[in-house]
Amino acid sequence: MSDRNIVLHVADVSKRFGGLKALTDVDLSVAEGTVHAIIGPNGAGKSTLLNVCIGRIRPDQGHVVFAGTTLDQQKPHEINQLGVSRVFQTPEIFPDLTLLDNVMIPAFAKRDGAYRFHALQSVESESEIRDSAEFHLGDVGLLERRHQLAGSLSRGDKRRLELAMCLIQKPKLLLLDEPTAGMSRHDTNMTIELLKRIKARGMTKVIIEHDMHVVFSLADRVSVLAQGRIIADGLPDEVRGNPKVKEAYLGEAHA
Amino acid sequence: MAFNLSKQDWLLFLGFALVVLTLPISLQPLGAAYPALMQKFCIFGIFALGFNILFGLTGYLSFGHAAFIGIGSYAAVWMFKLLTMNALPAILFSMVVAGLVAMVIGYVALRRSGIYFSILTLAFAQMFYNLAYSVLTPLTNGETGLQLTLGDPRVLDRMAGAATGGLPRVELFGIGLSGGGYAGFYFCAIVLILCFFFAIKIFRSPFGLMLRALKSNQNRMRYTGFNNRPYLLAAFVISGVYAGLAGSLMAVTDPLAGAERMQWTASGEVVLMTILGGAGTLVGPILGAAVIKYFENIFSAFNEQTLHRIFDFLPDSIENPLVSGLSLFVGEGWHLTLGVIFVLIVIFLPGGIMEGFRRISGLFKRGGGGGKPAVAAHAQPAE
Amino acid sequence: MDAILLQILNGLDKGGAYALIALGLTLVFGTLGVVNFAHGALFMMGAFCAVGFNKLLTLQSVTIDPSQTTPWGSPMEVRQPYVEAWLGESGKFLVDYSVPAAILLAIPVMLLFGIAMERGIIRHFYKRPHSEQILVTFGLAIVIQEIIKHYFGANPIPQPAPAAFRGTAAVGELIGLGNGLPYPWWRLIYLFFSLSIIGAVFAFLRFTTYGMVVRAGMRDRETVGLLGINIERRFTVVFGLASVVAGVAGVMYTPILPPDYHIGMEFLVLSFVVVVVGGMGSLGGAVLAGFLLGILQSFASMNEVKAIIPGIDQIIIYLVAVVVLLTLPRGLMGRAGVMEE
Repeated sequence: MSDRNIVLHVADVSKRFGGLKALTDVDLSVAEGTVHAIIGPNGAGKSTLLNVCIGRIRPDQGHVVFAGTTLDQQKPHEINQLGVSRVFQTPEIFPDLTLLDNVMIPAFAKRDGAYRFHALQSVESESEIRDSAEFHLGDVGLLERRHQLAGSLSRGDKRRLELAMCLIQKPKLLLLDEPTAGMSRHDTNMTIELLKRIKARGMTKVIIEHDMHVVFSLADRVSVLAQGRIIADGLPDEVRGNPKVKEAYLGEAHA
Repeated sequence: MAFNLSKQDWLLFLGFALVVLTLPISLQPLGAAYPALMQKFCIFGIFALGFNILFGLTGYLSFGHAAFIGIGSYAAVWMFKLLTMNALPAILFSMVVAGLVAMVIGYVALRRSGIYFSILTLAFAQMFYNLAYSVLTPLTNGETGLQLTLGDPRVLDRMAGAATGGLPRVELFGIGLSGGGYAGFYFCAIVLILCFFFAIKIFRSPFGLMLRALKSNQNRMRYTGFNNRPYLLAAFVISGVYAGLAGSLMAVTDPLAGAERMQWTASGEVVLMTILGGAGTLVGPILGAAVIKYFENIFSAFNEQTLHRIFDFLPDSIENPLVSGLSLFVGEGWHLTLGVIFVLIVIFLPGGIMEGFRRISGLFKRGGGGGKPAVAAHAQPAE
Repeated sequence: MDAILLQILNGLDKGGAYALIALGLTLVFGTLGVVNFAHGALFMMGAFCAVGFNKLLTLQSVTIDPSQTTPWGSPMEVRQPYVEAWLGESGKFLVDYSVPAAILLAIPVMLLFGIAMERGIIRHFYKRPHSEQILVTFGLAIVIQEIIKHYFGANPIPQPAPAAFRGTAAVGELIGLGNGLPYPWWRLIYLFFSLSIIGAVFAFLRFTTYGMVVRAGMRDRETVGLLGINIERRFTVVFGLASVVAGVAGVMYTPILPPDYHIGMEFLVLSFVVVVVGGMGSLGGAVLAGFLLGILQSFASMNEVKAIIPGIDQIIIYLVAVVVLLTLPRGLMGRAGVMEE
């Protein structure tokens, strides 16, 4: 572990669903400003791990500590207000609203907190938030289409939109669940570029990814999850050479 | 800050105000330009406008909104009985009471969504309806309904030494409002216009945007840092206050209140008005309310005699079966027509009248090329 | 002790009606995924099948017999039901048993109506949002209700139970608890009737391919499509079955509560509450909650209880629903993932 501040600490977390052990004693530390990739075969518990981090699932055992706060009793919106945003595996956007509205809404959450009834102001006059939303839409290359309905986007575009929705909140920790799945090679490269750019802004990221190209071009650190356990953890090159990992993951992919 | 609207919205607002205020002229050719009917348009317009803030924006389908109408009416009549015949305190009191009740009901019902929410609101409304006839009779006067009597205290009026003798009329600083005069209509019209203004404000506000976002994807809202419940509760209370206001206006124009206003059919009616006009649009629900109240008035006035007169020109062998068939739908059978419209609208035009307008104007713009509805974007990815 | 037993018995017949309606609601919701607000109207239609059948049987010829006079001196009108004229004693028997006999009319009527309704309207709403399903079936309920009102009027029409079952049974003696516990025969019949219908429905679901579709559909609607059977036809039959169950429940209930045109909505509202309390999508839950709420309601109508909490009989069911939903979001026996966001 580097001596930098730990932003996210998953401490001995276990979770079972009925007879299935989804996570067993998972221990994970993510340092500030790094990109931490979690890889592993399908059904290894990667998404469950992220769900535990955002309060969607409560762990049976163990704790998740984010920036000094234990997340055990926190509700999802409180966790977000602490500074955790997430891009989901299937895009969670507002399909009935325009792209611009989609991106403005998270900005309101960031500025005004979990609820505020500004029922007598108008969205029209919120120029600061709109400018910021347009900037972030530009960041992901969707500015031209800002007046379209989000439901009409392709799967890959929805994912980029969702990324913009998370980025506008300037989260301390960004959780990405397969951010490039369903994207063309061109879009994937654009997304990698974008993620590299925001890496420079000092945002900590946890990323789940199947695409090794993405993992090795972005990650500072890699953890390998298999059958709910962390089987390896280290620098990308260390993990790449680890025989256990090859067996559990790369081996499967090659077969 | 509170009174800024964009240019289009000012136009919309002024246009709306103009249309409402000139109803006595424009409705002449339709034979609907009498105050008792026009004031119904306004009252149910307010009811539907408020309902739409909940259903149109958040998608929560309440099946118990008539309870607030009833509560508003009772509260207003009590104000007339106890304090004064002036309309303003009664209206304010009704809004406060309806708002408080909405807060309690909403707090409980909004714990669930979808059909559970519909059932919970329905259950609450039925409770009020049943109680109004039993335990709450001291407040509601049961089946007879709550009425003014000569013996009412009317503390403020008596202090001011208002003339007694005969039942007093509801008034606004000396102008009589009850009894179906033009003053009553204009009073309701102005209240409707004010309500419309606030509805525009809500629709265009960040708050309104959040409500629409909640309808679109509650999960995303949660993981975006919003506490959904207070937003929903606020929408529920606002729509309850609108309904309470509508109920109090019923009492203003005709100072009595009965529990039948709280029946589930009344709750269903406002749903129909909103859907018929176009849920989620600003003008639609008011339009829906006016259309339904207009046709109710026309259809329920028909009977077999009038039908026979209309189809007099046909030979008897056609006239008689036709008239007996149509007589199902008019007069007492007006509700059947209502039900049929309901079914047809939901099947063929879920976006309501406003959607119809959009499709027609779309046809013209595209030179008649296929009127595909804009809602086709509903399709969501599987998984 | 007797009083308590009596209240339980009192609740059971009402509970039976709730359970039967809730069963159909759950069946349709669980299998077809449709929220049917017209289900109460189907119950009401069944009740009016009984009324209509009785009217048909009691159509009578009126002849004026000049040889007889009334006490007022005018000629006596002799009324004779056609059925009696044609069938004699067995006609009389038929008139007496018009309510149970109406089941024979109600089954085909309700089945056809249910099938037509599913084919005509419901089918197009499988994939539409629940709110639109609620709206369209609600509209249908109004239509059915108004048509019934047009032909049968707005007043409740009492239906007699067969003469043999009009009295009260001394239930106490029947179950060996000494004398006492007078209880109307017909209610006892209704209880057994509803139990046997419930049993029949469960057996049907257990032993036929329809049952397989229903059970699989309740668990996971997506995979049912992969089973490789004609789902559409089976869905139609399930809907028809649900409407028959509601219909016969309505027929047999008429001697207990004279039906009027909005009896359906009253029962629908209560049955939805029952379904929600039992747990959306759970057939067992629907039946259990039906009987439970029926019993609770009859306890709440005891004068002793009303003296303590006035008005409780009017609201007990709704109160229970509120409490259950707040404490057990999925109802008594609901499963995860049904009707949740």
